[in-house]
Amino acid sequence: MDVVLEHVGKQFGRVTAVEDVSLTVGEGELVALLGPSGCGKSTTLFLVAGLYRPTSGRILFGGRVANDATPQERGVGMVFQSYALYPHLTVFENIAFPLRVRRTRGTEIAERVRRVADLVGIAELLPRRPGQLSGGQQQRVALCRALVKEPAVLLLDEPLSNLDARLREATRAEIRRLQRELGITTLFVSHDQAEALSVADRVGVMHGGRLIAVMTPADLYEHPPSRFIAEFIGTPPMNFLEARVEDGRLAVTGVAPRPLAHPIPPGTYVLGVRPEHLELAADGDLRAEVFLVEQMGREWLVHAACGDASLRLLTGAGAAVTVGSRVSLRLVWRRAHLFESQSGAAVPFGLADAPR
Amino acid sequence: MGALEAAPAARRRGAVRNVLRGAASPVFFLGPAVLLIAALFLAPAVVTVAISLTNLSVATGLTHYRWIGIGNYGLIAHSPWLVLVLRNTVLYVVATLVLFNVGFALVLAILTAHLSDRAAGVFRVLWMLPRITPSVILAMMWRWFAAEPPYGTVSQVLGLVGIPGHNWMNAHPWAFVVALNGFVGASFGMIIFSSAIAGIPRDQYLAAQVDGASAWQQVWRITLPRLRWPILFVTAYQTLSLLTSFEYILLTTNGGPGFYTTEVWSLYAFHLALSNYFGNTQFGLGAALAAVLVVLGLGASLVYLRVFRFGELVAAPRIEVN
Ligand SMILES: Nc1ncnc2c1ncn2[C@@H]1O[C@H](COP(=O)(O)OP(=O)(O)O)[C@@H](O)[C@H]1O
Ligand SMILES: [Mg+2]
Repeated sequence: MDVVLEHVGKQFGRVTAVEDVSLTVGEGELVALLGPSGCGKSTTLFLVAGLYRPTSGRILFGGRVANDATPQERGVGMVFQSYALYPHLTVFENIAFPLRVRRTRGTEIAERVRRVADLVGIAELLPRRPGQLSGGQQQRVALCRALVKEPAVLLLDEPLSNLDARLREATRAEIRRLQRELGITTLFVSHDQAEALSVADRVGVMHGGRLIAVMTPADLYEHPPSRFIAEFIGTPPMNFLEARVEDGRLAVTGVAPRPLAHPIPPGTYVLGVRPEHLELAADGDLRAEVFLVEQMGREWLVHAACGDASLRLLTGAGAAVTVGSRVSLRLVWRRAHLFESQSGAAVPFGLADAPR
Repeated sequence: MGALEAAPAARRRGAVRNVLRGAASPVFFLGPAVLLIAALFLAPAVVTVAISLTNLSVATGLTHYRWIGIGNYGLIAHSPWLVLVLRNTVLYVVATLVLFNVGFALVLAILTAHLSDRAAGVFRVLWMLPRITPSVILAMMWRWFAAEPPYGTVSQVLGLVGIPGHNWMNAHPWAFVVALNGFVGASFGMIIFSSAIAGIPRDQYLAAQVDGASAWQQVWRITLPRLRWPILFVTAYQTLSLLTSFEYILLTTNGGPGFYTTEVWSLYAFHLALSNYFGNTQFGLGAALAAVLVVLGLGASLVYLRVFRFGELVAAPRIEVN
């Protein structure tokens, strides 16, 4: 089942939570909605679930308008951020709940609960109560409850945000495996860009209630369409340097002006460079003074001051940098990004002597 | 270091702290409460039981009473009105509890949970009014309300559609006794249940809706199971208050109409001990009746704890005290 949102908006009184969102989630596809807290991700998910009714636009399930359809008619399964398990019921009864409310036969319930519990690997937890489970186990129970009715569409609202780092990685791989195995159309909400990029076929970035980009994880990382997205995606975050375009040349603060390959309207811009695209070099583009070195195992994250700007760069462990040392840095121009300083929109550019 | 040669004052403070930490601290902390309980609860109970073992009455005065052992309890057991009064008491308590103090309170709480906060607040305050109205005034209002024509409100209204009026409280004494007590009592359960419902996370209802649960199924499968503890509390608490409170019956039917029609145990004890028609109030017998009432209340509480499987409801202490 594919899900299509056409110019969907949702207002709560005077608060606009979601505005003009258009999105297609293809059959069997996993799309992640990514954005900072309060940007309308959960509201969008609730609109797709049928818990909220859109105040504008249309939502289509399998080509049919579903604006007024109940969650059950839409055939959605959902995992809530809080898991929303029922504390007074055992794990078995929690998972059985969707079947109980539609009066499925007892033997069929037992069989289906057992099958989905085996699939997710929690069969031995069935007699327990949610209060006796760890966060990861509760998360799996919630997933089972969403899957037991064999939904056409799976909705996950920050399903990993309450887990510790290691468990989060294991669980997101598990979710990906299950989603592939069942071929279930999935909308996944997250505020964690690493999580969204790693799990999704495509990522929709939300900001202030709007969907500002829908792209594959690789495109999002390599061709961020705006400064907001460039800043939001990638750890450690991208460096930004003030820049000017004048006389067909790009002048970046602290760097000698370079000729542009193609003309760009003159004005002020911001150059974005990811930490892995700043390299230590004998005769680099700019000079900086190291003020912090974070040793992160395989790599070191070096913080250096260049004028007013603070730069981050990644080096291999054991690089010849110490706090206080002056270093020369080379920009990997081909992988740098230029943004309009006002609108933040990305501007394609190339240097005459460093073609992209 | 200065701490090693601590000033005497600091050392003394240390000593006080050690005593507090030691065996004395439980006495220190529990003492005031124990004293209060002893003075206000234990002593009256002991005195009541003691009086119940005498024939103290207006006739004997405080000087000529005798200890008669369990004689008063024998009188109660053989009283020809025992069954009638017991039956009335059970009817009064069970009907008021089931219909109003728990039943109607639940309905109100669940309904107001679906209103906006402001509407629900207004509604709850309205239901609190009878509780803060003096009981005499409320009882008088209800008596006028039920009075015969041309005064009674019910009679006037029903008169408009041609139904002959009479004194409705005399005609249906139980309905009025139960409704009046329930009218006052329902707000207690409503407040307790409302706050318990407000404590149920909204996600649980959203999850149930996603799973296709109807409004009724949400109430039945999510709200009610999570109200088990508040329902037990309200049931037990209100049983005890109903068993011992008789002011509304006293002020309306006063046990009538006719002979002991709505005479409940506590009113019976009051009549015998403090307000005897013949003027010979029997303190000893009244005290024995009160003592029996306490036992009835305890018995009911134990039954409730069983029925609601109280042991399961009690969580391990959150904070370990040692
Ligand atoms: N039921 C509601 N009533 C009023 N405002 C709401 C409601 N739900 C969400 N909002 C508002 O809509 C915005 C988006 O919320 P939400 O979708 O929960 O964000 P996210 O899940 O991305 O953190 C927030 O500003 C929030 O305050
Ligand atoms: Mg959210």
